[in-house]
Amino acid sequence: MAISRRTTLSLRAVTLLYLTLLLLLPVAVVFWRTFEHGAGTAWSFMTTPAAVSALWLTLLLAVIAVPLNTIFGVGAAMVLVRGKAPRAGKAILDAVIDLPFVVSPVIIGLALILVYGQGGWFGDTFLNNGIQIIYAVPGMVIATVFVSLPFVVREVAPVLAEVGDEQEQAAATLGASSWQTFWRVTLPSIRWGVAYGVVLTTARALGEIGAVLVVSSNVAGSTLTLPLLIFQRDEQVGGQVTTSVYAAATELAVISIGVLLLMTMFGSRTKEAR
Amino acid sequence: MLYMSVIVLIPLAAVAVKAISSGLGTFWDSIDNTLAIRALVITMTASLLVAAIGAVMGTLVAWVLVRDTFPGKRFVGALIDLPFALPTIVAGLTLIALYGPNSPVGIDLAFTRGAVIVALLFVTLPFVVRSVQPVLLELDREVEEAAASLGAANATTFRRIVLPALRPAIFSGAALAFARSIGEFGSLALIAGKVQIASIVIYADIESGSEQAAAALSVVLMLVALVVLFMLRWIGARVGH
Repeated sequence: MAISRRTTLSLRAVTLLYLTLLLLLPVAVVFWRTFEHGAGTAWSFMTTPAAVSALWLTLLLAVIAVPLNTIFGVGAAMVLVRGKAPRAGKAILDAVIDLPFVVSPVIIGLALILVYGQGGWFGDTFLNNGIQIIYAVPGMVIATVFVSLPFVVREVAPVLAEVGDEQEQAAATLGASSWQTFWRVTLPSIRWGVAYGVVLTTARALGEIGAVLVVSSNVAGSTLTLPLLIFQRDEQVGGQVTTSVYAAATELAVISIGVLLLMTMFGSRTKEAR
Repeated sequence: MLYMSVIVLIPLAAVAVKAISSGLGTFWDSIDNTLAIRALVITMTASLLVAAIGAVMGTLVAWVLVRDTFPGKRFVGALIDLPFALPTIVAGLTLIALYGPNSPVGIDLAFTRGAVIVALLFVTLPFVVRSVQPVLLELDREVEEAAASLGAANATTFRRIVLPALRPAIFSGAALAFARSIGEFGSLALIAGKVQIASIVIYADIESGSEQAAAALSVVLMLVALVVLFMLRWIGARVGH
């Protein structure tokens, strides 16, 4: 199609205006509000004991959830693409993996309370042995693992399907064990898919609120993550958003945007590799 | 499989069991009241609206990113992923900052349905763009040129040649946006206020200890999400052939 200069320009203008109003400007205003009263004020809100503990807990959740879901994700992708399981079985596994994407995070939190909470299916067994899961850190870990579960599978499975299994078969013919084949042949060929999946998992784990909010006791200094801290500070000021809220949001946004930059880096590498 | 069951399946089954724990009658009563029905209607309407606007604007953004060249295009391309990376609570907060009380531009949408729509458009933006973009890249431009040389106007070429090729991608992107909108909580937690979005009603129910009511509403919401999921798979399978 030979599109006239005028149409091209107006389409471009509409797109850029939409993205500016929806994404760029709102984020810019948050940064501006954070440093409105000087960097010192913002910094003091980021370094209160509650904020520091929230930062560590947020990172802890990500550090636990990401490796677990990476190992599971690569394994599940292998089963889905290479496994010899019957088709129906694979189809069910495939659909179940997507559940965390379509079920509301609040429902996920409720589900965990009903299973691991007081009076829940397994909750009392754990409580009697002195292990508190709900309204404590273990529940928040499970919630984070749940919501960030599908990313690695969804990134790795298509890459696995695309590279095919010829090289793996060649390795096997040459006498490599299946373990050697996986480490030397399969893993190197899917590494960018894994990396991108890990980045997406991390972003989600760092930013999760709904599921974690429901299963946390929301006590500052022990069971608050950064997103929960933002939520609690906002409630305390009754919706009149103040620097304390914006400062925590900026802190979290900076970490996440760091993750986004990694994401773009991996994204462009993946395209080059193909 | 064991990992999947422990983490995902058992908890979700527990919700369904809880929902009908006091009999089907109670389950029905929890759904069949003004608050629950209102919440479902508002959530569905908002999600449909968001999916529709998202489909149009997402296709436009994808078109400009693929067919247009301008300085800073790489930056705009990276910007599309921002809603995936930015924690949803921060997304909600950014919208309060610009379109809430003390708005520097003088627009106050906070605690209205408008705010809910804008927040949902924010968090679902990447779905349609990222699903249409690759299809548009692969599209054979010679067919478009052929149509043009046979005298078709740009609008006709777009409607008859380009749009049919993009339709499955637009549809699956919009369906993902719809599914995400139905369950969205984080970005709405700070700005929805008294707008009774389903996920917020469920959260309020949990906080006030009415787990059965929360579970009943959850089951309905999950059923809708599952229908969307299966529709997606069906479209995926049909396009694959």
